[in-house]
This record gives sequence, C-alpha cells and structure tokens, in this order.
Amino acid sequence: MIHFDQVTKQYKEDASAIKDITFSVEPGEFISIVGHSGAGKTTLIKMLLAEERPTDGAVFFESANIHTLHKRAINDFRRRVGVVFQDFRLLPYKTVYENIAFAMEAAGKPDEDIQADVPYVLEMVDLLDKSESFPHELSGGEKQRVAIARAIVNQPDIIVADEPTGNLDPLNTYDIVQILKKINDIGTTIILTTHNKGIIDSLEKRVITMEKGKIVRDDKKGRYVL
Amino acid sequence: MFITATRRIIRSGAHNFWRNGFVSLASTLVMAIALFVIGSMIFLGTLLDTSLEAIKDKVDVNVYFVADAAEDDVLALKAQVEALPEVETVRHQTKEEALEEFLVRRANDTFTIQALEELGENPLGPVLSIKAKDPSQYVGIAEFLQGDNLLSDGGEEVVDTVNYFENKVAIDKLTQIVAAVEMTGLAIVIILTVIAVIITFNTIRLAIYISREEISVMRLVGASISYIRGPFIITGIIYGVVGALVTLAVFYPITYWLGSDTEAFFVGFNLFRYYTENFGYIFAVILGAGVLIGALSSYLAVMKYLKR
Repeated sequence: MIHFDQVTKQYKEDASAIKDITFSVEPGEFISIVGHSGAGKTTLIKMLLAEERPTDGAVFFESANIHTLHKRAINDFRRRVGVVFQDFRLLPYKTVYENIAFAMEAAGKPDEDIQADVPYVLEMVDLLDKSESFPHELSGGEKQRVAIARAIVNQPDIIVADEPTGNLDPLNTYDIVQILKKINDIGTTIILTTHNKGIIDSLEKRVITMEKGKIVRDDKKGRYVL
Repeated sequence: MFITATRRIIRSGAHNFWRNGFVSLASTLVMAIALFVIGSMIFLGTLLDTSLEAIKDKVDVNVYFVADAAEDDVLALKAQVEALPEVETVRHQTKEEALEEFLVRRANDTFTIQALEELGENPLGPVLSIKAKDPSQYVGIAEFLQGDNLLSDGGEEVVDTVNYFENKVAIDKLTQIVAAVEMTGLAIVIILTVIAVIITFNTIRLAIYISREEISVMRLVGASISYIRGPFIITGIIYGVVGALVTLAVFYPITYWLGSDTEAFFVGFNLFRYYTENFGYIFAVILGAGVLIGALSSYLAVMKYLKR
C-alpha cells in the first residue's frame, strides 16, 4: 500500500539525508525502522507525510504519488494516516477531549460520531477520566496515549509513530507498545521508528535498518542489529 | 456541514481567546490603544473642522452702496451675485437696517451719534454681505464685482466701496492658514492611524507566531486551510470587539472631563456632547476598524505558516 521508489532527499548539495531508498509496505504490516540519530529515519517519515518533497524518486500511497496530489487530496490522505511523535504535539489550549475531537472535526465528521467515538478511543488508551484535562496537566505517558487516541480516532489505514517512546520511561514505553500492537491486531498498518532495542527484540516483526541515509538491512522477523 | 464547520470554528476561536488569557490580554490592550488613537483622530478632525468653519464664517465681502442707491439696483446685483456658483449666501441690509446696526455698534460714541443727529438724514447706503463657500473664492467674486458695468447703473455710480480690496491681505493670509492647517491635520491623522494599525498588526502576528507549532500539527491531522485559519480570524475579531468596547468605555469619562474645557476654548464645540450625539457613528467606526484590523492581521499572519 506504500511504496518508496528510489527516493533521495538532499538538503545541501553535497550531503544527502536519505539516498536511493526503495521499499514497500503491505497492508496490516508492523514495520520498525531503526538506526542511529541522523540515519535518515525522520526524513523518511517526512517524505511519507508529504511534509517535504523528495529531491528525486517518488512515494506512492496505493497508486497515487503523494507529492503530486492537490491540497485537498493531501488533506484526505493525511486523514487516512494517523501520526504520533516523540514530542506528542498536542494542541496546548484544547482539552484531551477536544484534541481528539479536533481530528474528527477536521475530517468533517458529524457531532454524533464525535460524541460516540472520542470516549471510545479514550477508553481504549485508558484515559477516560482525564478527558477534561489540558495537556500540561498530564504526564508524558498520558500525553502520548492522547496522541495515539487522536491518531486512531479517524480509523486510519496507517499509523506512523516517529520515536513515540523517546521521551518515556520503560513502563510507559511498554504501555505504548502494547497499545500499538493492539491497533495492529485490528488490521491497521503500523510504521514505527525507534532506537529502543528492547522494543524491537520483543516485537519480532519486520525491521528495516538504516545507516547514513541508506537501507542496510530489511529482515522479516528482525532484531536490533547495529 | 457548512453550519457545523462555522459553529466549530467560532467555538474554537472563542476558546483560543479565553484560554490563552495572557496573550489575549496583551493583544486586546494594544488593539484598544490603536482604536483609541483612531477615535482621537475623529475628535481631532472634527475639532479642527468646526474651528476652521467658525473662522471661515467670519470672512465675508461687503458691497457698500451709495446712500441714494435705488433698491431695485441693489436687488438686481444681489440676484446676479447669488447666481454665482462660488457664493454661499448673500445678506441684504437696507439703509435703515444699516443705520440701526451702526447705532448699536457705536452706542457709547456720543460724538458720532451727535454728528449723525445733526446731519438729520441717513448717510448710510444699503449693504450686501457676500459669503463664499470657500475663502479662496473671494478673489473670483471680487473680480466679478469689479468687472463690467456691474457696479454702476447707466453711468451713475451706485456702489461706494467693495471692502474686499481693503481686506485683501488679511483674507489671503487666512485662506493660506486654513489650507495649511487642513493639510497638516490630515497628514497627522493618516500617519498616526497607520502607526496604530502597524503596531496592532505586529502584535497579532506575534500572538500567532506562538501558535505556529499548533498550526503544523493541525495540518498533519488533515485539517483544511480554512478550518485552521478560521479560529484565528475569530480570535482576531474578538480582540477587535473587546478592544473597541474598552475604547468606547474609556472615551466616556475622558470626553466628559474635557467637555466644558473644549466648549470654552473652541466656541460652542463641546466634545462630550459631540461624543454622545454621534455615538452611533463613532461606535460603528471604532468597532468596524477593530474587527477589520483583527481579522485581516490574523488572516495574513496565519497565511505565513500555512504556506510552508
């Protein structure tokens, strides 16, 4: 469903952030992308979210090249992809409930759906009692669970999680990974970047290893090898 | 769908205003100051206008007829002058009225009054007082009076003097001063208004700069451009409305306090009375300016972060 075709991104003339990346993601897969800082993981994610354009090559979602889509089509595409970041990126002046409702409002969902779905996903991440809290009143793990709830509320085809556990302690990290696994179990494709060895080894799923902007390994049931 | 989106945008904009209290306070305060400047400019302009009007009103050209001028000749000239496009009004004073006014004016001057009594008859002629629409037009009117045979009737002189030619220097000077004051006043009004608008614009831009991360998150969630921009514009409009209400409230005691002073200084112009009598107009201008500045500033500021 996602295909990177010889994608290269150069920020400066002589240095490529990623170089000649080609790989495909099948529906329902749980893919982990690992690599040191600066290996190109975040650049790869930005290409996938149409935040930046590749210097060369193309990224396909289903059969559409996402970098040639119109604005409206990009919005539609983004509503089919849920995103989770290391720094949570919640809207600071909205409550937990409103943060999640915002994603649905942006997609033009009616009020009845919002009133039904938001409590449902909040329960899924075990935060129903915090729905009226503001982000600054939450712990890091709770913020990340809100971010995940926001990412899944529109029932996306794919969840992209860019180092979602980077700012969390081991217990919260374990929780987040369990939630992601649960989401994957109901059929959602997951793309996870991380450098947490423990997560990768416990997942036993496909692992793509990056180094200096290139893919150096792509293992079906990978382990963390660096 | 459209109604739902509008309702959500308005609610979200109101939340932004309320929950981002400190930024809203600062922006509203700057907005209120800018609107205060704009409101003061309205007052200053009106003050200037009424003062200049009062001064202009004091200027006129008088045509003094000879004592035995026929009433018909006077009326004929009056009709001709009234037909000129530059002329605002022509006041006709008969011989008798002229004498009456003269006596009132010289009531304490016993010597002159005695001399008049001794004369036994009314030595004064009828007078036409001509007011032009603009002081600069007196030249043309005076030239018209001078030209042709207007001032004489079949070789017989009916007009004694036209006082424009005597007051020429004073009238010219006044015309210049009036023009200069009008120009300077307009320049000051424009400059101060522009400064006020720019400062408000920049403050709102800073307020939105704080939210640039938020804007990028909204984009990643798949919100459309108008759905992201809408709440910011609503918040900007709220800055404008609240700022306008604050300004209008502050003007009340200030004009009340200045009212009697302005009445004494600028003959007959009471600032407080002006404010209360024209409240609807001032309300509309200040509120309109606030809403426009707030909405436009927000629109332009958000555009910057949506383009990237």
